[in-house]
Amino acid sequence: MKKTATDVLPAEGGLGNDPLLSVEDLHVEFATRAGLVKAVNGVSYTLSAGETLAVLGESGSGKSVTAQAIMGILDMPPARIPKGAIRFQGTDLLKLSEEARTQIRGRRIAMIFQDALSALNPVFTVGWQIGEMFRVHQGMSKRDAEKKAVELMDRVRIPAAKQRVHDFPHQFSGGMRQRIMIAMSIALDPEVLIADEPTTALDVTVQAQIMELLAELQRESNMGLILITHDLGVVADVADKIAVMYGGRIVENAPVHDIYRRPAHPYTKGLLESIPRVDLKGQDLYAIKGLPPNLLDMPTGCAFHPRCPYRQDNCVTSVPELYEIDPNRSSACHYWREVLDGTDE
Amino acid sequence: MAPTSEAILKVRDLVKHFPLTQGIVFKRQVGEIKAVDGVSFDLHRGETLGVVGESGCGKSTLAKVLMALEKPTSGSVMINGKDMAKARGGDLKRMRRNVQMVMQDPYTSLNPRMTVGDIIGEPYEIHTEVAPKGDRRRKVQELLEVVGLNPDHINRYPHQFSGGQRQRIGIARGLALQPEIIICDEPVSALDVSIQAQVINLLERLQNEFNLAYIFIAHDLSVVRHISDRVGVMYLGKFVELGKDTAIYDQPAHPYTQALLSAVPVPDPEGREQRERIILQGDPPSPANPPSGCRFRTRCWKAQEICATEEPLLQIRPGTSHESACHFAEAQDVVHAG
Repeated sequence: MKKTATDVLPAEGGLGNDPLLSVEDLHVEFATRAGLVKAVNGVSYTLSAGETLAVLGESGSGKSVTAQAIMGILDMPPARIPKGAIRFQGTDLLKLSEEARTQIRGRRIAMIFQDALSALNPVFTVGWQIGEMFRVHQGMSKRDAEKKAVELMDRVRIPAAKQRVHDFPHQFSGGMRQRIMIAMSIALDPEVLIADEPTTALDVTVQAQIMELLAELQRESNMGLILITHDLGVVADVADKIAVMYGGRIVENAPVHDIYRRPAHPYTKGLLESIPRVDLKGQDLYAIKGLPPNLLDMPTGCAFHPRCPYRQDNCVTSVPELYEIDPNRSSACHYWREVLDGTDE
Repeated sequence: MAPTSEAILKVRDLVKHFPLTQGIVFKRQVGEIKAVDGVSFDLHRGETLGVVGESGCGKSTLAKVLMALEKPTSGSVMINGKDMAKARGGDLKRMRRNVQMVMQDPYTSLNPRMTVGDIIGEPYEIHTEVAPKGDRRRKVQELLEVVGLNPDHINRYPHQFSGGQRQRIGIARGLALQPEIIICDEPVSALDVSIQAQVINLLERLQNEFNLAYIFIAHDLSVVRHISDRVGVMYLGKFVELGKDTAIYDQPAHPYTQALLSAVPVPDPEGREQRERIILQGDPPSPANPPSGCRFRTRCWKAQEICATEEPLLQIRPGTSHESACHFAEAQDVVHAG
């Protein structure tokens, strides 16, 4: 007997004690001509309602691929998910049918992309594109959808929304376009919002506006927010907890205050130390030596070992598990105690 | 690092306007984009001038005019006492040799079909006097070594290098003609965080080694602070504040600088709830039609009537230690406040 999509959909409002979203031991790989690229190698994190999780990492660390897997927008093939689970209010999204996932995508879990200009369709008005959320998901009429679009544009503080609803994306500035993206993503009151580098292409003044807007929307609707970024400043400003990714793995998991005060992984520590500081002006910046790993040819053992000042012989041979430091913190380093205490080598 | 007194670059009232035209067959000029609109500064040997500002404020146009890639509408660029606008032929060529550039994006600024040796050696094709033909390969290998790359990789192609290494190639090309001035237009913003520090350290080392003067254009204010001796803050084609790095960052006097600095997220979560932040509303106005008087007045919380009628000049104002262009300039520590 064929199950209908609604049977398996998680109930609105959540199921008691389950976290809103949990990613469990997720693996994603891509079959390329050059070989198998293991982009995500066993990533786990959880997100509760109203919480902000920052996923920090460089390009190629797997932070965006994880997010795309949650959204279900990976091209498969070439992508494959050989292992893992993504539980949204207890239901494993990876086991759902495509129709069921479509019900969740955009409506319950929404995403904001980095480059708003290329994420918006240049030949439709922004009002049409925002309204599409209502027309497609809720079968609203064109006229009602447009009314809703104006309301949303007001909510994300686009001035003169009523006039501008008929404008095209190119008629807006970068910051305003990102607001339109945000309007589309919050249109159906999602429970989880994934923001993939939402402010990277923007000026700092506009970045401040957008981050404030996101924080406000989150307070209003108690969304869980996954913020994907490489900017240590933005993270320090808004995150509740942080997952640091390197070479497709989470190398450190911690509440925001702990990680900035006392990092427990050499990579996190190196990143924090390489931020230019006023009292160190005129001196060399601390630089993590070497290059990020090549995903086609990952180092053996700990992926960070070629660049690590704490490296010992076993780092080259054995992959460190995510050691628990306390119930809220973990670090994937054999020598996390030494890193935590700040004793080098 | 200590700048000597002699200025190698003097920029006075530099203006660059781009015409806005309408019509295809009969082009009429309907206005102009005032990309750079009256910029003056000196640059000394061995000094770094940081230029910060939002996108569209004219930072990159300024760089192009200084490179003599665009002719200024008015004003002058003097290099070692010679006016660039008046220079012709061989003179202009020699002046251009003296100002080189490091581009933002190392993925698009290197020709994928040329080897690294050809890319770095190409300036010698134009300025043949710097390196005679037989000597070029050796020179390029020296340059590769100077920027921390393996000289044996001279025959490789750009795609065989990582982003940070490619930026080193770009820097080596900038150094090839032994210029005195290098303009760095967002040299690290396309790089991964863990690589940025390496490239900044390299730039600083090269500056000390060759006594280079940098114009360092970037939007990352903490990087600019780290590398700059003086900082100019640009808004809609003008400097609104210019001074020593410590003056700009610790006692910003112009409201725009204050807003810009307070918008930068501090990489430290301690006390983030108490942090006061000036959030500017809206976007910068169009440079085709800037506001009358002070250009910042449309977004400024201090704006009064005088701001609409009288343009504030860039000068040292009472109670402040450096030049700022605001009628109500007032030094205020926004970064450490709260």
